[in-house]
Amino acid sequence: MLLQRVALGFLSLLIVSFVIFLAVSMLPGDFATAILGRSATPDTVAAFREQLGLNLPWYQRYLMWLGHALTGDFGQSFSSRPVGHIIGPRLLNTLYLAALTALIAVPLAIGLGIIAALYRNRFLDRLLSASSLAAISIPEFFFAYIMMLIFAINLHWFPSLSSIRPSMHLGDQLMRMVLPVLTLTLVILAHMMRNTRAAIISVMSRPFIEMAHLKGESAARVVLRHALPNVVGPIASVVALNLAYLIAGVVVIEVVFVYPGIGQTMVDAVRNRDIPVIQACALIFSITYILLNLIADIISIVSNPRLLHPR
Amino acid sequence: MSEFSYWAERFKKGQISRREFLGRSAALVATAGLGATSFPNFATAEEPKKGGSARFGMSDASQNDTLDPGTWPASFAQAAFNGSLCNNLTEIAADGSIVGDLAESFEPSDGAKKWVFKLRNGVTFHDGKSLTVEDVQESFRHHMGEKSTSGAKSILSQVASIDKDGDSNVVFTLNSGSADFPYLVADYHLSIMQAKAGGGIDWQKGIGTGSFKLENFDPGVSIKMTRNPNYHKDNKPYLDEFEFICITDPTARTNAFVTGEVDFMNDLEVKNMPPIQRNADLEIQRVPSLRHFTFDMDTSVAPFDNVDVRLAMKYALDRDDILRKVFLGEGKKGNDTPVASAMPFYKDPTPQHDYNIEKAKEHLKKAGLTSVDVNLSVSEAAFPGCIDAAVLYKEQAAKAGININIVREADDGYWENVWLKKPFSGVDWYGRATCDWLFSTVLAADAPWNSTHWKNPRFNELLIAARAETDQAKRAAQYGEMQQIVHDDGGMITLAFVNWNYGLSKKLGHGPIGGIFPCDNLRMTERWWMV
Repeated sequence: MLLQRVALGFLSLLIVSFVIFLAVSMLPGDFATAILGRSATPDTVAAFREQLGLNLPWYQRYLMWLGHALTGDFGQSFSSRPVGHIIGPRLLNTLYLAALTALIAVPLAIGLGIIAALYRNRFLDRLLSASSLAAISIPEFFFAYIMMLIFAINLHWFPSLSSIRPSMHLGDQLMRMVLPVLTLTLVILAHMMRNTRAAIISVMSRPFIEMAHLKGESAARVVLRHALPNVVGPIASVVALNLAYLIAGVVVIEVVFVYPGIGQTMVDAVRNRDIPVIQACALIFSITYILLNLIADIISIVSNPRLLHPR
Repeated sequence: MSEFSYWAERFKKGQISRREFLGRSAALVATAGLGATSFPNFATAEEPKKGGSARFGMSDASQNDTLDPGTWPASFAQAAFNGSLCNNLTEIAADGSIVGDLAESFEPSDGAKKWVFKLRNGVTFHDGKSLTVEDVQESFRHHMGEKSTSGAKSILSQVASIDKDGDSNVVFTLNSGSADFPYLVADYHLSIMQAKAGGGIDWQKGIGTGSFKLENFDPGVSIKMTRNPNYHKDNKPYLDEFEFICITDPTARTNAFVTGEVDFMNDLEVKNMPPIQRNADLEIQRVPSLRHFTFDMDTSVAPFDNVDVRLAMKYALDRDDILRKVFLGEGKKGNDTPVASAMPFYKDPTPQHDYNIEKAKEHLKKAGLTSVDVNLSVSEAAFPGCIDAAVLYKEQAAKAGININIVREADDGYWENVWLKKPFSGVDWYGRATCDWLFSTVLAADAPWNSTHWKNPRFNELLIAARAETDQAKRAAQYGEMQQIVHDDGGMITLAFVNWNYGLSKKLGHGPIGGIFPCDNLRMTERWWMV
């Protein structure tokens, strides 16, 4: 079962890389014109294209790239730096931001979800539901600007610029990450919280919960001891989805706060038609989704004795 | 905001003492009598001070930026690598005149076909190596030859050979005379770097002769540079160090500037100006640039092959209205010539083409038409505000019987698929520093970017004659006539010349700011100081 899952994952990767390659090839303009600007004469562009191997047909370029990628070599970016050098530090930055956000958002979301389920249809639940609905409806860039306006411009608590650089010391870096972390937390919190609440409430109507109530256990104990273990699977999958978003969907927040992560790298590469970098980014994003979903599935299987020991 | 009210404001806030305030205002009164108004760009009347570090928020870095001088697509790379790390043989001063930089003098001979540049004595690179003629030769050859992929290749196509004459003379021999050659070698691509043994230049090292040494470069994110203590210009640079920080998003850049995260921002959007204007610690610099926006008509196809139709189109456009509504008054009204007022030999042709329905109708009639239908290709990629301008133009021209059908083209690929290909389209021109360079790239019969497909015999004859003309009065007359010809006969409808709009903290001191290239002709880091 697991092997099948992993094989499927690889197949999806292959298809994704092919689609991306095709899409980029279809974009008007190419790297040579993007880099040389409009000041380039046609023969300059032609010379540059030849140097990059852009004059070969696209399927030939794709197969060459695939061959190298399988050996772990993502080749040279069109700006002649190794793709690994371009993406490596940026990916680390994004993971760093995602980890910090997840550390805050995941426990908070599950905790609030449980509280909402406990007090369902009472004032506290209504408040949490209303605010989470509002949070889901507001576009993230708007959130980011509001945060910037309140905390950076009006209160001067945190810098508005999260452009962290290796030369900064850790305290300064963390200080600059507060606003993006806060914004991302707000963006993913609501979704995870609502799913947690819904999953728990759906379990609450089951007979074994009624049994627990009849035994005279307290409401909190019923939720934590009897309901929660049975909803680990659904919660894990929604958490996985949001963590994947933190790595692959964080572009807007990165652009607004000028955070040097992989999302910005991808945007920059698309703007410049830098195909090797786009490919590598797309692969990383796909791997993120596939891997996290795999982990979520494994957690579901492990947390459910009936799936763990199939008869 | 006047300087007086600035000091008054600071006095009120208690940032300066009463004594200082009185001194300042007295000084202001004194300098006002001396015509201080002729220096509109002076932040303070102070002498440049040494020391301090400045942070510049830049909009246009890319992770593809490299140190290779054949690339450098935007002002981040240009101002850091050409303007701070390296020097050219010549430099464009803030007033647009050309002065020696690594060359202490340059002399033409043989009808401006031969140019001798004498290198300055005692110039060293950041690693201590002395500047030699070979370095200059190789730095130029880097952009030349069949295999070159450099943006400066076309500028140097007129160079036949680059020879060494003694230890300090570089001799350029051109295919034909060019009186503007010293201007061309100030192009940012033509930075001087170290020659490698066996040919080529060693650009990967990040070593130049410039005012700052490279400390840290993170492509697409930031660059940090420190003062070069052995710089060959008196006293310069003033800053101890500076950092360029890339902030692509306009809102984020403005916020970083307003909150003091950076001391400078480029590409300040017109709509973000009011709050900055109200802030006593910040100033806005509007530097007239060479950049201009046009609607280009292909003069080789009907109906634009008739000069009267072209004139009707020019009179049917209300430039004042568009400047006010689309560009919010930030810029200068165009007059159907691509020459900017900051350029040498600029002459404003007469009459100014203004909105005139009667004249437009009259010219249509001369062309034997009562009405005419045209397609105008636009996109937001053509120039900022292009679509709005086209919509206004459509309304204005309709009154003269000119029916403009607006064709929305895709933003992506606009320059590949629309520009130079569609008969009538919006274009964003960055301009060129000299008339010859500009005309040769855009208006000459065989120009690579002759977007109007305009082939005017008299214009092209004058272009060749003026190119090698070293008598300045004659040359001025020739260029004056050419600007008049373009204005009367050409296919370009020039809407407006725009400014470079920068935000500067009052902590930054500077002299008059040049507008030939962005960022004080790319030399802001060596020209500016911390107050």
